[in-house]
Amino acid sequence: MYALVDCNNFYASCERVFNPNLQGKPIAILSNNDGCVISRSDEAKALNLPMGAPIFKWESFCKSNHIHVLSSNYPLYGDMSSRVMSILKQFTPDAEVYSIDESFLQFKGFENFNFDDYGNQIRKRVLKWTGIPTSVGIAPTKALSKVANKIARKFPKQTKGVYVIDSEEKRIKALKWIKIEDVWGIGRRLAKRLKEKGCYTAFHFTQLPDEWVRKTFSITEWKLQKDLQGIPTLQLDEVKDKQAIATTRSFEYTFSDIDNIKERVSTFASSCAEKLRKQGSSCYVIIVTLSSDRHKKDLEQHRASTSVNLSYPTNSSLIISNCAVSAVMSIFKTGIKYKRAGVIVTGLVPVDNFQLNIFEHENPKHQPLMQAIDSMNSKYKNYKIKIGNQDLKRTWKMRQERLSPRYTTNINDIIKVKC
Amino acid sequence: MIAHKSGSLTFFTPEAVDGASAHFFDAGVSAGFPSPAEDFKEQRLSLDEELVKNKEATFYAKVSGQSMIGAGLDDNDLLVIDRSLEPTNNKIAVCFLDGEFTVKRLRVSNGEVWLQPENPDYPIIHITEENNFLIWGIVTNVIKKV
Repeated sequence: MYALVDCNNFYASCERVFNPNLQGKPIAILSNNDGCVISRSDEAKALNLPMGAPIFKWESFCKSNHIHVLSSNYPLYGDMSSRVMSILKQFTPDAEVYSIDESFLQFKGFENFNFDDYGNQIRKRVLKWTGIPTSVGIAPTKALSKVANKIARKFPKQTKGVYVIDSEEKRIKALKWIKIEDVWGIGRRLAKRLKEKGCYTAFHFTQLPDEWVRKTFSITEWKLQKDLQGIPTLQLDEVKDKQAIATTRSFEYTFSDIDNIKERVSTFASSCAEKLRKQGSSCYVIIVTLSSDRHKKDLEQHRASTSVNLSYPTNSSLIISNCAVSAVMSIFKTGIKYKRAGVIVTGLVPVDNFQLNIFEHENPKHQPLMQAIDSMNSKYKNYKIKIGNQDLKRTWKMRQERLSPRYTTNINDIIKVKC
Repeated sequence: MIAHKSGSLTFFTPEAVDGASAHFFDAGVSAGFPSPAEDFKEQRLSLDEELVKNKEATFYAKVSGQSMIGAGLDDNDLLVIDRSLEPTNNKIAVCFLDGEFTVKRLRVSNGEVWLQPENPDYPIIHITEENNFLIWGIVTNVIKKV
């Protein structure tokens, strides 16, 4: 059996733990830089505040509907997520963290367990220890556990947040209930194609001839079909290293001068390099993107991106930053007011396992230098050591006007209790 | 052994030798007397381990006020809170009461709850249906600056 444990309205729930006054109130969380809505509580969804709404257009709507609008507080969400995930690991040795707020659990050799009870225990422990409400779906396969989870979430009164698909009857009923576009792994385009074939629910999808699915779609859809039929085909994923790492941000103002853009790109590139070093990878490809403000339709628009292929893999901030800066100069157009830039590194290989190039290689001094920089930056906080073309005084300069305190990661931000 | 020769470059391949191995001395080889403490090494004391029994459920808070001075909770003290502990009579708890966090000793009897301060100048609070009340976590330790 598999379980999918999903934290309900995770970001809003994290805020509520430390500010119980927000319990039952509509909450919207904004993206980095307070741009648009990236997460909504059920109450905010009920008011029809759309996902992705640019806040400057919805400000008065939020005000008149008493929606609490908050900047995203990733230090808090990250810490609460790791607490939840490590509690979940107490229930089985086989767990896969699927996203910041979802985890798959596999129960091998738990045949004699009452999964209704076990699911309840999971939910109760996470709620009591962390204050985060969850929904638990349990079923014989991963894809079905996703469906069971949707049912638990949709019908909290009947299910008390836990739903188990443990009979053929329940499986059929669940599959007939779930729309094809809501099935895990069925994208919008695929859903459209399936609907044209008269396939509107997950149940229809499981009825399609095996041979036809294999021919018409890829192996992924075939596996998904088997999984939904109750035959475990999708395995628990090992935690994989990321295949690409990106740092992309909007600027707090628009820039039309190359110096500011060079500085930003260098900062984003250094951040990518640092993330590479953290996961023990090096990259072969650096992609740089640059774009104007697409909301300002009256201004001249420009979006461009370019990539640099390296002849040897690296995770040195110096090299990645240099390449990114010269790449951005090649796509920069004078006269454009730029609002956003990004650096993406891909073609990742583990540091200790890559093809050596005889003729070109990294200066061997870079590795120990990066190690020294990383350990000093983690010790002294706030990036005391930077590359020369970065502004010493700024990191993201994110606009975070409605940020809640870092309740769990900063001693000056912990909750105050009146006594 | 020469593997390949071109006009300007000569490539060599290394020769493999079987049975050539070395012994690894874990303790290191030193010329001095071996440390008599080596076999008695123990873990250093950690306050984290002493004060935090359940790290997933442990949170911190700062005290503001005088109502619990009798229990040793002074203004600005740091509280260690364990949410996984059950709230029972006589425990000191961080509660959320009518819109703000407060810390008091729990008095539970006949299904009723009182919040008891540890300072005679403060009143005992009786929790009723009208209160917006939540027990947030149990205080396990107080850390104070001296």
